[in-house]
Amino acid sequence: MGEMQELSTFWFVTIGAVKVLAVFTVVMVVVAYMTLAERRVSAFIQDRLGPNRVGPFGLLQPIADGLKNIIKEETMPGTAAKFYFVLGPALAIMPAVVTMAVIPFAAPLPTPVGTVDMVVADVPIGILYILALSSLAVYGIVLSGWASNNKYAFLGGLRASAQMISYEVALGLSVIAVLLLVGNVTLTETVWQQQQLGMWFVFPLSLAFIFFLISALAETNRLPFDMPEAESELITGYHTEYSAMKFSMFFIAEYAHVVTASALLATLFFGGWDIPFWTGDDMFRHESGWIKGFDEAGAPIAATPSVLITLLTLGAFCAKTGFFLLLYIWIRWTLPRFRYDQVMHLGWKVMLPGALGYIMLVAGTMLVLEQLEVPFGMLYGGVLTGVSGITTLAFLFFVDRDRVISGAHRKRNVGRRRVPVAREAGGPAASN
Amino acid sequence: MAKSYIPLLIILGVTVLNAVGMAVASHILNPRRPTPQKAMPYESGMIPLGDTRHRFSIKFYMVAISFIVFDLETIFLVPWAVRVRELGWGPFVAVFFFVVVLAVGLVYEWKKGGLEWE
Repeated sequence: MGEMQELSTFWFVTIGAVKVLAVFTVVMVVVAYMTLAERRVSAFIQDRLGPNRVGPFGLLQPIADGLKNIIKEETMPGTAAKFYFVLGPALAIMPAVVTMAVIPFAAPLPTPVGTVDMVVADVPIGILYILALSSLAVYGIVLSGWASNNKYAFLGGLRASAQMISYEVALGLSVIAVLLLVGNVTLTETVWQQQQLGMWFVFPLSLAFIFFLISALAETNRLPFDMPEAESELITGYHTEYSAMKFSMFFIAEYAHVVTASALLATLFFGGWDIPFWTGDDMFRHESGWIKGFDEAGAPIAATPSVLITLLTLGAFCAKTGFFLLLYIWIRWTLPRFRYDQVMHLGWKVMLPGALGYIMLVAGTMLVLEQLEVPFGMLYGGVLTGVSGITTLAFLFFVDRDRVISGAHRKRNVGRRRVPVAREAGGPAASN
Repeated sequence: MAKSYIPLLIILGVTVLNAVGMAVASHILNPRRPTPQKAMPYESGMIPLGDTRHRFSIKFYMVAISFIVFDLETIFLVPWAVRVRELGWGPFVAVFFFVVVLAVGLVYEWKKGGLEWE
């Protein structure tokens, strides 16, 4: 039996503080290098060089940018609401970093004073905490947009608020689908249930993953959802009036959100720190101690935490998160921006009803499987994968019908359908 | 376990300190040479016309109301979602009707044009 040596309160708080500082530092460093990665990758995609002068491969560029921003002159419009103008960036930067606290980043680490959970705070409210905190991000943006007393900033703030709250609904609903399978709201258990199921939730909940990915892009105001700061329309949107360090703070906030969203995607749908095709790293804090899972009789199987497993799982988590960070950049430099009505259309008329229906479908399928007494494992996941796969294909087919996300070309009513003019007339578009 | 919330308070403190620190550090370090032009709201180099505090489209208000309705719905689904396997078919039917009622509301708003952006 894996003995569970509990940390004393002193060590719990001390190690907690160390973990806080470590996670905070890592997030900040990753954010700094995301700004560099964004420029280097965009340069690569556009066949340019990108910043490569400061240090080897431009690796010191973020430090140079930071120094420059902190000693630049700041301007503030004379007509701005001064208190809220300063409060805005501070409010924007906080929620993103705080959300990282409940995401587990490795298997538990054994130490001489007891086994340490590799998560800053394993709170019982897990996912609810993330939903609550990520909603606060909108305040910083709206406040700064309003307080600037600049028309572009104000429009950007309004757009941001409407867009973020619209997609928060779809985000919440796609998380519900995960909760159905996990049976708990903590992220440590989310990871463990994916190990128990024998497959990552991206397969049995493929449509929820797609909804979550789209919502996460919209929540972080990244392309193709960057209407709040659409350069060609609004200068830079809500942070038009911000300069020097306050401008930097908005960028740190945006990238910190990207990091958090990537870590969440990895945890909810890609097994978190789980190493695929290997059960040696399965580990969960049960009443009786650290366990791998349960045998046929329902007795717990003991697991032994080790430093090596912790390091390996940390590597797996970093690799998955890193992939999503890269995906964010990749999408930004590949896709064009939506029109605002398309964004609202997708959020309210497609994702919301789609996610609601999907939840009922998954719950119904699970109850049928329970009735047939299928054990929670490969077969259980396989059936759900099949059902979800068909739904996902149907969804993608539907979205791709040129009716939901309509293009910019002119359309006219033919009966009850809206048909592109060129296609109907048999023009060049007809062959597409 | 109330103990597990302590690190959350610590990280909250660290982020507040960080945000305040950044603002204060740049306030101390940066030069200030204000001119009337710098204090003007930026409107692509034009002299700004009028104030920003105007009325704005009611669409945003509609979105906010819909958001409250459907975000609350999400939270109502959470307690059922985490126990769906134990609860079985009865609560499933109940939740199904709950979702249908809200879907009818959504369809009504849709048909009334509450979701249209022109």
